[in-house]
Amino acid sequence: MRTVTIVGASLSGLYTARELRAQGYDGRLVIVGDEPHHPYDRPPLSKDFLTGRADEARLALTDAEETAELDAEWLLGVRVRALDARARTVLLDDGRTVSTDGLVIATGASARRLPGDSLAGVHTLRTLDDALALREELARGPRRVVVIGGGFIGAETASSCSSLGHAVTVVEAAPLPLVPQLGADMAAVCAALHRRGGVDLVTGTGVAGLRGTATVTGVDLTDGRTLPADTVIVGIGAVPNTAWLVGSPLAVRDGVLCDDGCVTALPQVVAVGDVASVGGHRAEHWTSATLQPRIAVTNLLAGRTVETADALPYFWSDQYGARIQFAGRCRDDDTVRITEGGLSDGAPAEGGFLARYERDGRTTAVLAVDRPRPFMRARRELARDAGEKRMPSVTP
Amino acid sequence: MIPVCRLEDLPKGESVRVETTPPVAVFHTDDGDLYAIDDTCTHQDASLSEGWLEGSLVECPLHAASFDLRTGMPTCLPARRPVRTHRVTVDDGLIHVHLAAEEGTAA
Repeated sequence: MRTVTIVGASLSGLYTARELRAQGYDGRLVIVGDEPHHPYDRPPLSKDFLTGRADEARLALTDAEETAELDAEWLLGVRVRALDARARTVLLDDGRTVSTDGLVIATGASARRLPGDSLAGVHTLRTLDDALALREELARGPRRVVVIGGGFIGAETASSCSSLGHAVTVVEAAPLPLVPQLGADMAAVCAALHRRGGVDLVTGTGVAGLRGTATVTGVDLTDGRTLPADTVIVGIGAVPNTAWLVGSPLAVRDGVLCDDGCVTALPQVVAVGDVASVGGHRAEHWTSATLQPRIAVTNLLAGRTVETADALPYFWSDQYGARIQFAGRCRDDDTVRITEGGLSDGAPAEGGFLARYERDGRTTAVLAVDRPRPFMRARRELARDAGEKRMPSVTP
Repeated sequence: MIPVCRLEDLPKGESVRVETTPPVAVFHTDDGDLYAIDDTCTHQDASLSEGWLEGSLVECPLHAASFDLRTGMPTCLPARRPVRTHRVTVDDGLIHVHLAAEEGTAA
């Protein structure tokens, strides 16, 4: 391979570039990114960056020294328009083309939008520019903030806004947020954290529309109520950035379809991070985006799938002064048992807790609030057990 | 010089956080060595005293960055900046940390 092109200059794109060099690829390396910024870390955007505790420099994922070592051509601030797989060419929005032997798809996902969200005062929170715009608006003085969506981004953003002194309401369409991720029991415990931060949580009602002519003034709910708002933050999930692949031979269904080794239907094309549906699962986890590149690069350089990604899913969330950590794969019918610490009035007690999700006598997942050390031990045990369980099916 | 705790109160394999500014983590390794480093991971806000101790390496509990306790250097991503190391002494069975800044030795 003489040229490898990475489309996407965020976490997984950068990690892939590092892996290519670490695994001995010394050919031409092109990195295309639609944002004008060099790779930065997104998790702090809804937390320390929004509250002003971390500045832009803290977000940088790389530095000049490493950038020089990677010896890549960075094409930043330009979108990809299409992939011509037969010609092995990537077409860019500005008319340029990049001929390439290998391709890494790391285009990530975009914040899901709401109809009418072009009003001033309506924000999403996905990119650095999103966060800068929101931060600037929040600095103008106390505002009535409505956060649409009670998922992790919504909860973290609500927590940050409330810590800055704004009056915050979170609207969640489901009867309880985070049930698919945490199961009903633990979702209820985490929902109770909103109370801790003095944030109103409105559940079981959708959003009918946004009010305002030029600037947003309120949020109409499907139950007939209207929540007055100066700032609205839409946190209703993300959609994988695959539009540019329409018409290519690659299969796209909620992400780019790959085998367990991040390899698409074309052996010279791999996908990593939020855009990749690996073995039927698309994870939007920071840790997945940092672990998949090693596997993807190994397989790309081998020309076939020689290694598979099987890391235990892991994610964390910081909100209302609590650190939530979760590892594993839980199901609705798992039993949940708190094995350390406890609850107080339905919310995590002082000192937090560790909970195990169990099925057929086995632990399937663990969740901790403010118990990093026991969580780390439990997560390691879980990863080891998962490895042992899988072992018999591995063929040499 | 900051008193931490009695040596017998920090068994091998354990660590303790000292509430200095910035906080410091003191580790007692399985080999019996004592090390002190800045407690906060240089990647993001997480306490290394809550981390996973293996040999003379500690793994951050949040994103699995790893630091060498002997040098403070990160041994893997996502951390790229070192943590400061601090000298540890045991006097009459009491563990003390000598902050790097106090001794004028930048780590």
